[in-house]
Amino acid sequence: MYKIAVVGDSDSIYGFASVGFDTYPARTESDALHKVKEIWSDYAIIYVTESCYEALTEEIDKKLTPLPVITPIPGVKNNTGIGVANVKKAVEVAVGSDIIFGNKE
Amino acid sequence: MATINPTRMELTRFKKKLVTARRGHKLLKDKRDGLMREFLSMVRENMKIRKRVEAALNSSNQKFMFARSTMSEQEVKAALMASGEEITVEADYANIMSVDIPKFDYKTAAHGYSYGFAFTSGELDEAVESLSDLVDDMIKLSEIEEACRLMSKEIEKTRRRVNALEHVLIPQTEANIKYISMKLDENERSSQTRLMKVKDMMLEEAHHYKERANG
Repeated sequence: MYKIAVVGDSDSIYGFASVGFDTYPARTESDALHKVKEIWSDYAIIYVTESCYEALTEEIDKKLTPLPVITPIPGVKNNTGIGVANVKKAVEVAVGSDIIFGNKE
Repeated sequence: MATINPTRMELTRFKKKLVTARRGHKLLKDKRDGLMREFLSMVRENMKIRKRVEAALNSSNQKFMFARSTMSEQEVKAALMASGEEITVEADYANIMSVDIPKFDYKTAAHGYSYGFAFTSGELDEAVESLSDLVDDMIKLSEIEEACRLMSKEIEKTRRRVNALEHVLIPQTEANIKYISMKLDENERSSQTRLMKVKDMMLEEAHHYKERANG
């Protein structure tokens, strides 16, 4: 049995408490990194706002255990579009170049 | 080329190695193709869900903004913090072409609005509802996105292996086999000629052909 956590700036995440996610407000990127490391093994899914996700990419690449799954979600501000970029990156890694989504946007 | 003993034993060893390498190459190539087929359909789905979730999240964020504008921050937070809503996830794995991809199964307890309606606005209700509709998609997104990430890594790894076998190991082994068999043939020919020469010499010794020819 696992729970779900949300990490990010509090304006973007406080609403998730209403659906039963545990919210961990973080003011800065390094703050978010600390928070995520702290709760690493307690959750199956950790949603992170895009503005904080960048700081975690290294940690995610190092991850050896299948859990937790860390998914970027858009917050209210400072969105980097990394969620969509990640999907494209996966295609690039797998195929060699992004032949599916291309530069459509 | 490293020094290879041109012996029959080495030759059989290399031949066996070549057979194994070829079989491995074929298998890995099939694995790569299978993974790729699986991946391509999955990644399309991934993009679709992500776009949907992002759009929905943005509109739900907006709704929370509206809710915030009609209520004080403390009131909103108090209402949401007190929520008895609980969500638990069961994690399982499915195996696609030797890649373990996560499967989540979630359960929610206590559905409905857990805060009193007296001090909260209708906007908040709407915002909360929009978010709870989104949970299913969000969990699906996590699942499929992780699957795509893991599969893309596995595809890359498999492709490297296929290439290493195809362009390095197999040609090298073939070259070694060729080298050894040439060397062995060469040895055989040289011993053959040596034997012929010896035979000639022995015959000469016995019958003295040359002396007779010269008269």
